[in-house]
Amino acid sequence: MTKAQTRMLARTGLVIALLIGAVFAGAPVLWMLSSSFKPNTDIFQFPPHLIPTTFTFDAYTAIFTDPTKVRFFLNSYFVSLSVTALTLLVGILAAFALSRYEFPFKKILNMIIVSVQAVPPITLLIPYFGLIVFLGLYNSYAGLILTYLVFTLPYAIIMLTGYFNTLPRELDEAVKVDGGSSWTALWRVLVPISIPGLVSVGIYTFMIAWNEYLFALTLTKTPEMRTVPIGIQLLMGQHSYEWNQMMSMSILGSIPIMLLFLFFQRYFIGGMTAGAVKN
Amino acid sequence: MSTTTLPARAKRTGPGGSRVQATGSKKGLAKALVPFGYLSPTVVLLTVLMVIPIVMVVGYSLMDNVIMKKNPQFVGFKHYSDILTSDSFWTAATNTLFFTGVSVVAHLVLGLAFAMMLNSELLGHRVKAIFRTIYVLPWLFTVAIIAVLWRLLLEPNGVINYLLTASQLAGSQIEWLGSPDTALFAVTFINIWSGYPFYMTSLLAGLQGIPGEYYEAAQVDGASAWQRFTRITLPQLKPIIISMALLDFIWTTQQFALIWMTTGGGPLGTTEMLSTFTYKLAFTKYQFGTASAAAVIVLVISMVLAFFYVRAQKARD
Repeated sequence: MTKAQTRMLARTGLVIALLIGAVFAGAPVLWMLSSSFKPNTDIFQFPPHLIPTTFTFDAYTAIFTDPTKVRFFLNSYFVSLSVTALTLLVGILAAFALSRYEFPFKKILNMIIVSVQAVPPITLLIPYFGLIVFLGLYNSYAGLILTYLVFTLPYAIIMLTGYFNTLPRELDEAVKVDGGSSWTALWRVLVPISIPGLVSVGIYTFMIAWNEYLFALTLTKTPEMRTVPIGIQLLMGQHSYEWNQMMSMSILGSIPIMLLFLFFQRYFIGGMTAGAVKN
Repeated sequence: MSTTTLPARAKRTGPGGSRVQATGSKKGLAKALVPFGYLSPTVVLLTVLMVIPIVMVVGYSLMDNVIMKKNPQFVGFKHYSDILTSDSFWTAATNTLFFTGVSVVAHLVLGLAFAMMLNSELLGHRVKAIFRTIYVLPWLFTVAIIAVLWRLLLEPNGVINYLLTASQLAGSQIEWLGSPDTALFAVTFINIWSGYPFYMTSLLAGLQGIPGEYYEAAQVDGASAWQRFTRITLPQLKPIIISMALLDFIWTTQQFALIWMTTGGGPLGTTEMLSTFTYKLAFTKYQFGTASAAAVIVLVISMVLAFFYVRAQKARD
């Protein structure tokens, strides 16, 4: 066999392997999409059809015309965006202090921030339940937003501290020479040039909040306070499973993450893998 | 605070000591407080959301009649001994270990295999980009969505059973998530499907960072493809692999939503994990004291794992 033939053979083998992998990864998603356009009676039709035999937007209409279901989405957007904004604000302030100052207990504080990431949500859930009820925040947006910060803030602080550390100190020194304060240096100089880092952290934070399930399940109660992940579960009713609606809600619930991925792929992957891959 | 100037000497001068010495005057003291001003929101949040709750959960774990009743009593380590001697706890621990161990290994193998295929120079950029997008798909769905999707696929009269019976791989419809024989494998499989892209993406970045000269030199020396893999690729990726595997181990032992929405820990406790076990104690049985003890045990396990993770990270720096 010539070298060209070996190469051809290797390439064919590789493409076949990649296609098998693609079916493994993609077929379930394709089935979700297809099922969301079927009437619920066709979900388990025999034999199954990937292309719906009766194509319908019923499942989507059912969601958009039901105020409770629309509310799931509004809740998710509101909570996730609030968490993102708060995380970035608090994270920027903390990262600035950790990057630009030396102070007592800095090492201990750093260690606490790192280890907070490993605390299991289930451990916090029980005291949170007590605490949130005590603070009168049960079944409220504030309760969710506050508790989500515990997942998002440590990551944001670590990432942004790392980002600020890469920016030369001469930048803030220059502001000081011009008579500006550290506050000015942070907001006028550091933050504007940190936009890429802020986007990464923002996307990651939004995703964490958008996907959160355990706290949303336990710390809210009424349908009008539920978020999308819980809303999907509520469609598994006691009498019937609205499979087509579950699938359409899943598609709609994935759109924000898909869009973030499409438009910010570089930041997205950067933010998600930064914990494991270090330069 | 906004009018305070930067400290004159913001360079790293050791852990704080010299900074404090230099702050004799009142103005110096104000300066020394600047970083704490910036940190105050974080400190308050971490205290309320982390320090106090952990103190609370440890306290609850030593008491009876907490949260739901108003007359808490100190009972010492009773809840801990109750849990550590109960069969259901050890079943949950064993299930969690299986679920986590198999998931982490499979994530790593699949992630590495896919990353290497996607990094091959045999294919063009465009083709690789298309496959990469498909392969990353499971990552873009939240656990709740993954759970309902796989429930649909794995239904007894669902599409997977259809394919298996039609191709004669299975004789009859299998209740993947409903039978005690298959449920644990099924939830583990789902978790594998949803988790490998994280590895794949990180390892792909790692592979792209290995200098091409290493491989060229090995080729000149006549190294086989397998030798190049074990002598160059694996050692180069080792730091990434170790920290990812530990991170995944920590996260997977804490997995709740996937189990809760697919099997709820059933049938017959065959997919009960430490997380669902603890959750049920608290929120379906309302035994908050016992649940808190379980939660503290889970916390200790996570902290031990985190210790190794931090050590692995330090070793890399």
